Amino acid sequence: MPFSEIAMYTIVFLALYVQVFFMVTFFERRKHLNKLHDEDLPVLTEFPTVAVIVPAWNEGTTVHGTIESLLNLDYPKDKLELIVVDDGSTDDTWQEMLRYKDHPQVRIFQKENGGKHTAVNFGIDNTKADFISCLDADSFVAPDALKRMINVFQKKPETMAVAPSLIVNKPKNILQYAQRVEYNMSTYNKRMLAYLGAIHVTPGPFSVYRKEVFQKIGKFRKAHNTEDQEIAYRMQEHHLKIDHCHTAYVFTSTPNTVKKLYKQRLRWIYGFINNTIDYRRLIFKTKYGNFSFFTLPSGIISIIAVCYLSFALLYNFILFIIKKITEISIKGFDLTFSPHFDLFFINTKTIFFISVILYSMVIFSIIVGTKLSKQSKAINWHIVPYLLIYSVIAPIWLLKAVWNTITKAGQPKWR
Amino acid sequence: MKGFQKYFFVFLVTCGIFAVGWYLSSYVNNKKINQIKDIQNKIAIDILSSETQFSLLEELSCQDLSNSVLSKEIATIADKISYTEQTTGNRDEVELLKKQYTILQVKDFLLTKRIAERCKQKINTVFYFYGSKDACSECVKQGYVLDALREKYSALRVYSFDYNLDLSTIKALNSIYKIQNSLPSLVVNGKTVSGFKTVEELEMLLPKELTNPQKTVTKKTSN
Repeated sequence: MPFSEIAMYTIVFLALYVQVFFMVTFFERRKHLNKLHDEDLPVLTEFPTVAVIVPAWNEGTTVHGTIESLLNLDYPKDKLELIVVDDGSTDDTWQEMLRYKDHPQVRIFQKENGGKHTAVNFGIDNTKADFISCLDADSFVAPDALKRMINVFQKKPETMAVAPSLIVNKPKNILQYAQRVEYNMSTYNKRMLAYLGAIHVTPGPFSVYRKEVFQKIGKFRKAHNTEDQEIAYRMQEHHLKIDHCHTAYVFTSTPNTVKKLYKQRLRWIYGFINNTIDYRRLIFKTKYGNFSFFTLPSGIISIIAVCYLSFALLYNFILFIIKKITEISIKGFDLTFSPHFDLFFINTKTIFFISVILYSMVIFSIIVGTKLSKQSKAINWHIVPYLLIYSVIAPIWLLKAVWNTITKAGQPKWR
Repeated sequence: MKGFQKYFFVFLVTCGIFAVGWYLSSYVNNKKINQIKDIQNKIAIDILSSETQFSLLEELSCQDLSNSVLSKEIATIADKISYTEQTTGNRDEVELLKKQYTILQVKDFLLTKRIAERCKQKINTVFYFYGSKDACSECVKQGYVLDALREKYSALRVYSFDYNLDLSTIKALNSIYKIQNSLPSLVVNGKTVSGFKTVEELEMLLPKELTNPQKTVTKKTSN
């Protein structure tokens, strides 16, 4: 068997292994998941104080909506404070924030630009709340989200952070619909990772932390502009449990152009690669459990796999083009369309059937994720553009992130 | 499941899925091979039928005979065998198919030649000896040239032979036409040429009656 086939089978085996791992976890915890999913709004025994920090940098158009969504949270007003930090914006963010300067629940601050992590840390330094959350100024929270998340902390006192389910807010074009499919699938993946105790990112939009987290392991770091990922790595290193509350929904704005999406994902992947390099000491260490044996290796494998597949695809595409040019130069350009199609020539190698099974499992995860996110079933049709768009453009940002890491070209900017 | 038990269980399930994929692939590929076998059997029957008709030549007109010879599927089957060779791991089966196909081609050639002689017809044939991609870098190009010729001259009969096939028929052809190990090699109406040949170069080797029938007819008329 040639090397290329061995490599391809290895990649497909590992990708399948990850999907099977998730699926086995799903069937193990199905009853529990159903119970969680059908749970009514919890009645909290007590209401701890919560501070929500909103770091805002040039968010003049969205900061007002974000603050309003937080003020609409179903939570006692005397137990919830909002700390809005203008991180040196150059637009009208501060003017928008000034509308709340006399609001009893809202405290506004202005500081020099220092990056998102400095704005969040500024907020942490200025609160005494029991629980701290942050919300990007481009996201909106469902009114019952906080109650549901605090309920997780009260039911499981060992939990130190809870991540919500992210939903794409009002998608308008095919790119955003494709992202909605991706986010729904992430809800499934995150729920399964939570069961495995192996979550590797506490998303910027509305993850909630116990105050002790920052006392024990310190505050946010720059961490290649992916501070929400780095703090999750640090929490895993210190055995601080991260859970996921899939019924707590946070609606986030997503990039509406390929260029913006590319920039965002380049930052995420670059962050993943470099945080994983920084925390390589955690890989394959029994004491770090599934995070060490499943989450990190599967992420590394997926990057290696995409790199290999991209080059293999490019190589085969070049060979195909050369072959076609040779054929046309000899036979001439045939404009006649031949509708003849013979099923015989469909590829029926083992890899074809396994790929079909693999894709079926991915689609299964999207369907379950969509159900968990309580999204319309109709969006499942967007699986097709999702698979098409991501197959084409995801390798580009991934390869660029690898390239930037190798050449030390510098970390991608926020925007 | 706790700890590494789960990792092992997932490994077994993944292996199981691979086994299912392998089984499905083998099942469908065997079906495809059987499909080729069926076509080959049909061609064999067609040739046998034509041979029988040839034996009864006195009772048949040349028109009836030439119409009955050769299954049209003999040209398409080559593509299927070639595709199966590239995609299936079942080398022995593919080699057997290629051997059967080679014999059918030679039988087809011999029968066509005998009928042409009896009916006073002229046939134009090209034998094309090719090798694997490693042994013959220009065979892919030569294949396109022959496709182009076949499309241009429907009366031209092209037979393809794998030079390295372990078959006495191939060895006999190599010996008759003095084919050396310099591939691609072509035998155009009995004349052997080696190395890659373009459409124009091959047209020079073909009779004018085939490549330029109108001019030939005009010349004959003017004489």
